Amino acid sequence: MEATNTKKLTGTTGMKMHVTIGDIIIIVIIIILCLTCILPFVHIAAKSISGNSAVLAKQVTLVPKDITLEAYTSIFQDGQLTHSMLYTVLVTVLFTAIGMVVTTCAAYPLSRRHLVGRNFFSLMILFTLYFSAGLIPEYLLMKQLNLLDTMWVLILPLSFSPFNMLIMKTFIQSTIPDSLEEAAFLDGATHFQILFKIVLPLSKAIIATLSLFYAVGRWNAYADAKYYINTKALQPIQYILSNMVLNSGADAISLSEGAAVESTPEVLQAAMVMFATLPIICVYPFVQKYFVKGVMIGAVKG
Amino acid sequence: MKVTQPAINQPRNGLIPRSLRNALKRDWQLYVLLILPVAFVIIFKYAAYPGLRIAFMNYKPARGYSGSEYVGLKIFEKIFKDADFLRALKNSLIFNFLDLAIGFPVPIILALMLNELRYPRFKKVSQTILYLPHFLSWVIIASVSYTLFRPSTGLVNITLMDAGLINEGIPFLTEKFHWAVTYLLMAVWQNMGWGTILYLAAITGISGELYEAATVDGANRMRKMWHITLPGIRPTMVTLLILNLGRIMGSNYERLASFGNVLVKDYQYQLAIYIYEKGLAGGNFSKATAVGLFQSLLGFILVLAADRFAKKLGESGLI
Repeated sequence: MEATNTKKLTGTTGMKMHVTIGDIIIIVIIIILCLTCILPFVHIAAKSISGNSAVLAKQVTLVPKDITLEAYTSIFQDGQLTHSMLYTVLVTVLFTAIGMVVTTCAAYPLSRRHLVGRNFFSLMILFTLYFSAGLIPEYLLMKQLNLLDTMWVLILPLSFSPFNMLIMKTFIQSTIPDSLEEAAFLDGATHFQILFKIVLPLSKAIIATLSLFYAVGRWNAYADAKYYINTKALQPIQYILSNMVLNSGADAISLSEGAAVESTPEVLQAAMVMFATLPIICVYPFVQKYFVKGVMIGAVKG
Repeated sequence: MKVTQPAINQPRNGLIPRSLRNALKRDWQLYVLLILPVAFVIIFKYAAYPGLRIAFMNYKPARGYSGSEYVGLKIFEKIFKDADFLRALKNSLIFNFLDLAIGFPVPIILALMLNELRYPRFKKVSQTILYLPHFLSWVIIASVSYTLFRPSTGLVNITLMDAGLINEGIPFLTEKFHWAVTYLLMAVWQNMGWGTILYLAAITGISGELYEAATVDGANRMRKMWHITLPGIRPTMVTLLILNLGRIMGSNYERLASFGNVLVKDYQYQLAIYIYEKGLAGGNFSKATAVGLFQSLLGFILVLAADRFAKKLGESGLI
């Protein structure tokens, strides 16, 4: 990206950069698109901290009115969503950690061009990306493995993503020259030492990127919970949210008696959506600077 | 994104064919590392393939594999006479095709626009914002959509009514044609920013000399975009098109379920919904497995065919 910028600037140097109509049209379009990404959340955030009557009177658009934290208080009093939030954080952390370990264990060996059997192992892993057994066979497999209705069914089956492995493999191949690895090897370093002392320290960008992918993937998914989990305490937050907010209309929003809900369903629903989205919005800006670089290098062919 | 890469730069391998024993002696640690991922795919992916035989059985969950009898292709004959399946198949194909037709060009156009931006800081901030929807779940996106698009209380309809553009609320998510448009556009919205990353990466790889030469020859920005940038990202376009063609048989349960409601069942009833409702919810494991197998096989064949086609056109393909 930086390269194209400098290109463009050198292309126009000599005269002062002048803004054309084309520039303005592009800037306006991009600003509008950005607003479509931000405004909905500003609206919902405003709703979630507004008073009931203001929301019912449709007075809340982007600025909250009669500010109150009642809806959030009910969420915390109810406990179900906060429990589910902590539980989902635990699942996500385990999922991401296991996923990264397994991905690294595959990506490093398969990035070594001289490895005998490299194509065989690559094909074996990538075949599963293009041909899945489908819902029922996988459900029966989980049953056989005694994983149904446990926390581990949300962690183990999906924690190794061949697609992420591919990105990491490409990244290692294109950022760490074979000659560096050869030199270390000739100096008597073992593959384990090369991995820990050379490859991993040089792969921070891709490790951050893929960790984010794994974490977000797990945080957002709920279909597997719907297929495999009955116990309410073991359901991740997105599934609980989908049951509370979607599917059966406004009256499905039901917190327990103890929560003493005073908010209207609309306000409560807005608060729930914000509650489940905040972790992502908080983490995202910090990881964002890594993933553009990581994905770009990892995904460019060759 | 290549699956296999030609081995370059290994003269030693070519001159002295290394025996397996030598490979093991030198690289045993690499094979030790591979044990874990290989175990994961065997235990959680390959072990599920034998379950596909249910598609050829009259499977009764209570009796298990041994208590159920093989019936050959009878299940497949049945599903192709099943009106529900045919409807789900038709909906899946139509919606996936529309997803591709609408969703594929948008990131390309957006990437070209971002590339034309001359203010690095503005570009960076807008990219950060545009990537965000990719990280939100379908539950969140659907909840937000319902909040915004409700006929009488949704922000969009209120705004349109206040502006005097419409007299009554548009049923964006409760009437099937409107639903189809909203459903499709929400996916475009979710993916538009994220989809630009690969194209922007490809644009970075285009040689700056090309642009300079074009400037000297008097080409304006449009011509440079058309004759240099677009051809420069063509391999990326082909690769992503192949990947997406392979998904034309797919269907995303979470997206469909999140946006589903009784009023739009006609269009929302696609393969993922069929498989869940008939299979896990309805107990007809054989039918659901047969449909899943049909879906996987056709998807796999499509990827292979698209890859071969791309190679024939002189692109490097995917596999």
